Amino acid sequence: MTVSEDTSIRVDAGRLLEWYEEMALIRRTEKAAYDLFMSGEVKGTTHLAAGHEAVAVGASAALREDDYVFATYRGHHHAIARGATPAECLAELMSKATGLCKAKGGSMHLTKADKGMLGSYAIVGSHLPIAAGAAWSAKLRGTDQVAVAFFGDGATNIGAFHEAMNLAAVWKLPVLFVCENNLYMEYTPIASVTSVPNPAADRAAANGLPAEIIDGNDVVIVHDTVKVAVERARAGDGPTVIEALTYRQYGHSRADPAKYRPADEVERWMQRDPLRIARDRLTSLGVGEADIDAADARVAQVVDAAVQEARDAPFPDPAQALTDVWADGGAVWRN
Amino acid sequence: MAELTTYRQAVSDGIAREMRRDSSVVCLGEDIGAAEGVFKTTTGLFAEFGPERVWDTPISEQAIVGAALGAAMTGIRPVAEIMFSDFFACCYDYLANEIPKMRYMTGGQVTVPLVIRTANGGGLGFGAQHSQAVENWVFTVPGLKIAAPSTPADVVGLMASAIRSDDPVIFFEHKGLLASKGELAPPDHVVPLGEAAVVRPGDDLTIVALASTVPTALSAAEQLAGEDISVEVVDLRCLVPLDAKAVLSSVARTSRLLLVEENPYQGGWGATVASIVADEGFELLDAPIRRVAAECVPLPFADALEDVVIPTVDKVVDAVRRLATF
Repeated sequence: MTVSEDTSIRVDAGRLLEWYEEMALIRRTEKAAYDLFMSGEVKGTTHLAAGHEAVAVGASAALREDDYVFATYRGHHHAIARGATPAECLAELMSKATGLCKAKGGSMHLTKADKGMLGSYAIVGSHLPIAAGAAWSAKLRGTDQVAVAFFGDGATNIGAFHEAMNLAAVWKLPVLFVCENNLYMEYTPIASVTSVPNPAADRAAANGLPAEIIDGNDVVIVHDTVKVAVERARAGDGPTVIEALTYRQYGHSRADPAKYRPADEVERWMQRDPLRIARDRLTSLGVGEADIDAADARVAQVVDAAVQEARDAPFPDPAQALTDVWADGGAVWRN
Repeated sequence: MAELTTYRQAVSDGIAREMRRDSSVVCLGEDIGAAEGVFKTTTGLFAEFGPERVWDTPISEQAIVGAALGAAMTGIRPVAEIMFSDFFACCYDYLANEIPKMRYMTGGQVTVPLVIRTANGGGLGFGAQHSQAVENWVFTVPGLKIAAPSTPADVVGLMASAIRSDDPVIFFEHKGLLASKGELAPPDHVVPLGEAAVVRPGDDLTIVALASTVPTALSAAEQLAGEDISVEVVDLRCLVPLDAKAVLSSVARTSRLLLVEENPYQGGWGATVASIVADEGFELLDAPIRRVAAECVPLPFADALEDVVIPTVDKVVDAVRRLATF
């Protein structure tokens, strides 16, 4: 298990430009979310995924439309990568009726079920068994769908992570466990609270599972790695653990300035910005700066319009608070 | 005379009936397959439906209910077993944070047709970590339906409703009732969730009971009949949906209410029922509402001690006598 540094990676320039634009869309949406939080238009909390875009976009590109994705409270990038629009994401963050979850979920629970994005979970590690269950369901129904659980490095020290991995291995489930290792569990360096150097990958062996440690900031590497793991899962060969090394460009949550991170570390990782890596590769593939800038301009337009659309949207009808508990749409628990 | 069966056998029977009619019903849990469950409540399922529909799991309560949730969200109707209800504590995140909130948090995008069965309650001398009645642990969480049958026929009928429900249902099987016998449920027997049953009509006082406390209440009522106290016994059968109307309409006739519950007095389900009656039926009452519930201590091991803690016929008889003369 070593960090892949394969310089012979091949990728179609047109496809990479699409991925770049998708990542830029996420980045710009996260910036808008940050600004809206600072201006007070987003209440509660946000956990921004700027810096993690390559994991979501690369993995999503390797999945089928009917596959399942489970994300964490830092999950905006996965919602967008699976097809949620910035407008419906920002509307959710801004407590608007047009939000993805009708403003009942908020930033930590973005869900786009009709695109197979089956939720963002705010209890650390809780969704790993759930993703295993979706994979089990695919196996029971014989659909050859795959489920992917994305989680942070902090989740590798909670019981559900270990229970899920063992069950998925024993039942040979078509599930991928993709760790977005950004080196910090909230505010604490993951290395200082974890018994092994690679929090997800080193635990895979204990469950007889293969693991890959990859550059999570390179969208092409993420795509290629996930593609192989997905093929393995679809073929009935069971789960794979992927540990994608990445870095948060904002703090843990809200307005956290992340001063606990050494400046040189931050600088090093900003040099490895996933958008920058993709842009450099596009350039080396002969894509002109103008074409890349045009993608940036389109993204800016989409997100600016999304902010306006979310601002213009109504707040939910208060009566909505007492709906959606039960399958009949209501919340009645007694007669 | 109708054919008799045990409560224990009714559990397997109820599950098997649903598995026959719907191929998306799949069971998972510890020792439920070839071993047929530690309480023999999954007898015959593995033999009839095989390993593709009856799955043995590791001792991983979070993985069991978490996987059941994921499967329920994606087209399966899982019936998960948590061996002892005490072990709900091992997977309480799923019971309190995930399963009941999934539909709501997503604005109705996700449906969770899921049953979690569990052996609940005392009376078998298993000690503090295998004997509790924990209805109140789940009753405190909005978003879970809760069934707790007291007879074999209700086990089958409520199991049918639970498995067919598109909402998550916690299904309590009482350990102390497993060996009890009752009429075999007729074919296609379905008991809707949220319908209490008047299991003994009476005029002087209403006892509302659930699961194990139903036979306790019936024994007490029989004894009190000899003292010219006519007791009506209402078997709630479900906590959510709660058939509050059945309770209020019984109290409207009897004007006295005793709640008999096996979970602790502290935070027990009877407190909620009492508050509803106090709030909406105050003018119906001729006496205070009383509760016979478990003492607020861990369940002790010895029979002589356990009897002190959980409701008994003597405690119910004593409470009724005092209420009747209030």
